[in-house]
Amino acid sequence: MATEPEAAEPVVPSLVDRYFTRWYKPESHPVLQSGKTIKSISYQISTNCSRLQNKVSGKFKRGAQFLTELAPLCKIYCSDGEEYTVSSCVRGRLMEVNENILHKPSILQEKPSTEGYIAVVLPKFEESKSITEGLLTQKQYEEVMVKRINATTATS
Amino acid sequence: MFPLTEENKRVAQLLLNTGTCPRCIFRFCGVDFHAPYKLPYKELLNELQKFLETEKDELILEVMNPPPKKIRLQELEDSIDNLSQNGEGRISVSHVGSTASKNSNLNVCNVCLGILQEFCEKDFIKKVCQKVEASGFEFTSLVFSVSFPPQLSVREHAAWLLVKQEMGKQSLSLGRDDIVQLKEAYKWITHPLFSEELGVPIDGKSLFEVSVVFAHPETVEDCHFLAAICPDCFKPAKNKQSVFTRMAVMKALNKIKEEDFLKQFPCPPNSPKAVCAVLEIECAHGAVFVAGRYNKYSRNLPQTPWIIDGERKLESSVEELISDHLLAVFKAESFNFSSSGREDVDVRTLGNGRPFAIELVNPHRVHFTSQEIKELQQKINNSSNKIQVRDLQLVTREAIGHMKEGEEEKTKTYSALIWTNKAIQKKDIEFLNDIKDLKIDQKTPLRVLHRRPLAVRARVIHFMETQYVDEHHFRLHLKTQAGTYIKEFVHGDFGRTKPNIGSLMNVTADILELDVESVDVDWPPALDD
Repeated sequence: MATEPEAAEPVVPSLVDRYFTRWYKPESHPVLQSGKTIKSISYQISTNCSRLQNKVSGKFKRGAQFLTELAPLCKIYCSDGEEYTVSSCVRGRLMEVNENILHKPSILQEKPSTEGYIAVVLPKFEESKSITEGLLTQKQYEEVMVKRINATTATS
Repeated sequence: MFPLTEENKRVAQLLLNTGTCPRCIFRFCGVDFHAPYKLPYKELLNELQKFLETEKDELILEVMNPPPKKIRLQELEDSIDNLSQNGEGRISVSHVGSTASKNSNLNVCNVCLGILQEFCEKDFIKKVCQKVEASGFEFTSLVFSVSFPPQLSVREHAAWLLVKQEMGKQSLSLGRDDIVQLKEAYKWITHPLFSEELGVPIDGKSLFEVSVVFAHPETVEDCHFLAAICPDCFKPAKNKQSVFTRMAVMKALNKIKEEDFLKQFPCPPNSPKAVCAVLEIECAHGAVFVAGRYNKYSRNLPQTPWIIDGERKLESSVEELISDHLLAVFKAESFNFSSSGREDVDVRTLGNGRPFAIELVNPHRVHFTSQEIKELQQKINNSSNKIQVRDLQLVTREAIGHMKEGEEEKTKTYSALIWTNKAIQKKDIEFLNDIKDLKIDQKTPLRVLHRRPLAVRARVIHFMETQYVDEHHFRLHLKTQAGTYIKEFVHGDFGRTKPNIGSLMNVTADILELDVESVDVDWPPALDD
């Protein structure tokens, strides 16, 4: 007889899936691999620019820092000395960065889809359809990841 | 009793000679009681002439020899030409664009352009009233508003200067306030005529408005010289067709120096060829307000129509299910729906319901007994099981203020069905019952962030009551401050609402169902059904 799983499947889709559509870059970030411990996270991406200084005002969110795909969002420092820069991956205006991961970096790994988010970005209205070109749907992403795992197990 | 005295003779003669009608003459002689103005035009003309004891020949002589210095030479030649044409000593006029003109032998008044001639007499009023009756409005009183072309102020000003000069010769003064205003005299005459024809009183506070707009294309350029002399009075405003509004013209006339005015504008004013034209006759009824409370029993109904790119995403809406019936019965042009807050598509509104108020714009029918309103409520309730309405009643404009107050200041109670990822026991939720006036901070939920400013809102959860359902579900009843996002308080909105049910219980929580149990506003007044 199977034991009761820790997390029961809700009858309805999760919060993320009810309000959002998941899009992926065909990568798996090392920070999310098992064994890594995050020491600290910083939003200071250069001497003159801190994502924490981002301030938007009004309904039209004036004053937001503009991000291109390669714009750095944050730097992640791991206990094994490795340092990673997470880039925006999408073009748009920065609404906010998650300050909660500064206080408790582990939630980025524990809850990457919810409380561990890094940033909220608002694309230009005209680009709202084209923004997902080049990204994978959840299904496509899972297929790519499975293929890679099979490829690595095959060669090892 | 003829209202003019010996003292007025010279002024009256001067004005009559220069083409001014009897009623305007009365105005410039300060006749400030209604009765004389109401007499028929022809009678006034005869009485006036008798009063002046002037015969036709003398009239001609007066005009020709010597002419007042300020009459332009061209006009003098015109009047002489006309005199020779129809030896009666009167200038004949063609009435282009006039609606009721029996006598084409009469001058068009050089001051009022016909307003106090044919346009205040019974025939014209009858024509207006026919249009009012044809419009299909229900009314028990009316307010009459009339709009004159701006150039009338210019002519009035010129006539005043002329009369002031003449009276000066008699060592008499004439202030602007001694003259009876054109609009005032017009209303003295027309109000009783309207009342008689339509059978209702004129009341300045009436919601039903009849408006008549006059124009005089022929003399539109009369005002233009003012722009050169007082340019700062005539600033182009975005929504106005012409820069020469009545207000702007009045302002300039108050500023301009007498000598400058007389250089630019004929004094006395010249006689136009045609009377004013009626630009529009419109009727409109001020908005009426209907309020009530609604219950929403569907989890698939938006409050307002949900249309994206012209495509309707969900059928109907709370607003339409209520307002469509009202729109039809009140025969209104359009409506504005407001309520004390609102709920999502998938949220029910139970209990006494949510207060709402509907503004019905330009209603053609406005009088309803409370019985008729009750029947209307019944009709709405019979037509749909998705919503129900109660306490439907006519209210005043204050209603909107009550809505806002209800939305921003009054508490609401809710019932939520909550799911937890971890298995829970009864004891795991009991502590929630003891938390009173919990302070939370909510960043603008991500699901509304595209149309709301990013901000942090401090809110209070006044009390909570739990009901265990099973290992992964429980019901939460809660009473909160106005403006609290309940769904986000339950699932935490990615940690952007703190604290939240998930963080308080140290689980991942989500909300499966939400109902509004009460909106704690005691308005509109409850009616016994």
